[in-house]
Amino acid sequence: MVNRKNKIVITFISILFGLIVGALALAIAGFNPLEAYKIMFEGIFGSPKYISWTIVRSTPLILTGISVAFAFKTGLFNIGAEGQYIIGSLVATLVGYFFKLPIVIHAIVAILAGCLAAAIWGGIAGLLKAKFGINEVITTIMLNWTALYLSNYVVFWEPFKRPNRDASQQILDTARIEILANWKVSDAGREFLKNNEFLKDFLNPPVNFGFIIAILVAILVWYILKNTTLGYQLRAVGFNKDAAEYGGIDVKRNMIISMMIAGAIAGLAGATQVLGVSRETAILTAAEGYGFDGMAVALIASSNPIACIAAGLLFGGLKYAGSKLQPLIGAPLEVINITIGVIVFFIAMPKLIDILISAINNRKRGVEVENTK
Amino acid sequence: MKILNDIGGIIGISLMYSAPLIYTSLGGVLSENSGVVNIGLEGMMTIGAFAGATVAYFTGNPWLGFIAAGFAGALLALLHAIACVTFTADQVVSGIAINFIGPGAALFLTKMFFDGAAMTIPVDLNNKIPRPLDGLFKQGSFLDSVFNQYATVYIAFLLVFLMWFMLYKTRIGLRIRAVGEHPKAADTLGVDVYKVKYLAVILSGVLAGLGGAAMSIAVVSNFRNTLISGQGFIALAAVIFGKWKPHGAMLGCLLFGAAQGISIFLGRSELISSQLLAMLPYIITIIVLILFVGESRGPAANGVPYERNK
Repeated sequence: MVNRKNKIVITFISILFGLIVGALALAIAGFNPLEAYKIMFEGIFGSPKYISWTIVRSTPLILTGISVAFAFKTGLFNIGAEGQYIIGSLVATLVGYFFKLPIVIHAIVAILAGCLAAAIWGGIAGLLKAKFGINEVITTIMLNWTALYLSNYVVFWEPFKRPNRDASQQILDTARIEILANWKVSDAGREFLKNNEFLKDFLNPPVNFGFIIAILVAILVWYILKNTTLGYQLRAVGFNKDAAEYGGIDVKRNMIISMMIAGAIAGLAGATQVLGVSRETAILTAAEGYGFDGMAVALIASSNPIACIAAGLLFGGLKYAGSKLQPLIGAPLEVINITIGVIVFFIAMPKLIDILISAINNRKRGVEVENTK
Repeated sequence: MKILNDIGGIIGISLMYSAPLIYTSLGGVLSENSGVVNIGLEGMMTIGAFAGATVAYFTGNPWLGFIAAGFAGALLALLHAIACVTFTADQVVSGIAINFIGPGAALFLTKMFFDGAAMTIPVDLNNKIPRPLDGLFKQGSFLDSVFNQYATVYIAFLLVFLMWFMLYKTRIGLRIRAVGEHPKAADTLGVDVYKVKYLAVILSGVLAGLGGAAMSIAVVSNFRNTLISGQGFIALAAVIFGKWKPHGAMLGCLLFGAAQGISIFLGRSELISSQLLAMLPYIITIIVLILFVGESRGPAANGVPYERNK
């Protein structure tokens, strides 16, 4: 009943509802919602710098979103993107700092190492599910916290820790994936950018290749799911495990592969964030939430990897713009989490929106009938 | 004697940390036995922790705070129930939404009530949940460490018994389980499936809310944004670990609490890295699952929306 076109309509209506509830929350708290939304709109589109910040902030969310979406498609619930993200960033930082490799190759090696480690981390949950039948929701939750403390432990390791800071050493310049990072601060670059206001502003934030990688991954994952035997098998397992097994598909093997791929993608999110933006792994007291935000992204995108790009940009944009509310009008930025929650909430119940749409249609039809009388 | 007192210390810490988990996992048990998956426990716990700390601070009465926490959790659970029961929503998706709305609203309101601060003002130590057996035993003795607990700890264990009794020894309990196993059959026998599910989900919110308050006005004395970070999910894990039974879930929470107690105790000696110790509870949980639990099967119709006409 809910076809593809309806799905998109439902998503947009849900986003609208989310923004309305967000506005209501602001209004009840005594803020002018129109003013707040104006600030947020300008906070994203007001300057080339803001646009590139939005892209930078959205990149990890797009990737963790794809990770969760991929697992969803194969019938698994990856709450573990958070931990896989942490492992990916930790290993990318380790390789980025300790390895001495030429530029470009260094970055590629660091990214692959991060993905591989995170794939193994995700694979543990897949293996435990396949082998012992342990629900992946439990294991991924436990692995999230294990990853967090493991990362802290490694960062505290003497040769790796930066003295007097709650963070690791910074990665070497050869491993960075920031676009034109060195050129930006060189004499020639400065001279050039002086005359190009737009580019200067756009390149001010740490714009990096992560976003391009995310888009490529989205396309790749979409292609794998849609056009390959592996994708077919994975989706079959997600659709009906027993039927897939009966059809000769190795369900257990596919579960492990699925969690490994999901882990690799979440790890990629962490790796690109380190190599492109933070350049270090910080000591964490609590999860940063990239994995959990990824769940919302995947849901808003109805688990379509390509749609995760748009959903990630929406979420990243809202989060980035929301952070400007507090300093400018004093409104808590948590209104963004409420908004996102409400969007996901309405997406969860297409039936309600279906009812609303048909009610509106019926009324229209009623008016038309009235008019023809 | 020292070793006995140390063991007492570990047991005491374990009980204290288990209590908030037990409330919340009982909520999970109740909701899932009626066939509604409740991933949103974390969000309900967070709003409960906030409401408990805030009301206890402004009224000076911890019990009013505790009750308010139950109401706050119920309110959020009502949203979950409307979505899952009336509008046959995807229950996991709705639960995730609750996990954004709950903590978002809790922090939003904290900043509103406390002039933009990201935490509530701590309640006076005398206005925390009382310890009913305080002073009964010699301070620092084994019995003191084990039994001198906040009242919320005792209530948690009482609730485990009550929940077990209700689910397995009363009519309403039978109805809840019937609805979770085979809603259609229950419906034919005249059970109002929707009403039962609403009741179970809303009560699960009450319990999760109480779990949050057991954290914010007993274990510590205020609400802050990192206070509830993952306990709701651990409680959920305990539900699955305990095979959807109240006493099983309690064991899961105790196991986790004990692992935490041991790691805190060992942390005092500073022989082992505190980061490695912090991993312990999570790793132990996984190992125990591998060794003893294996495949767990919940109520047959858990997670499946029910529509009467289908």
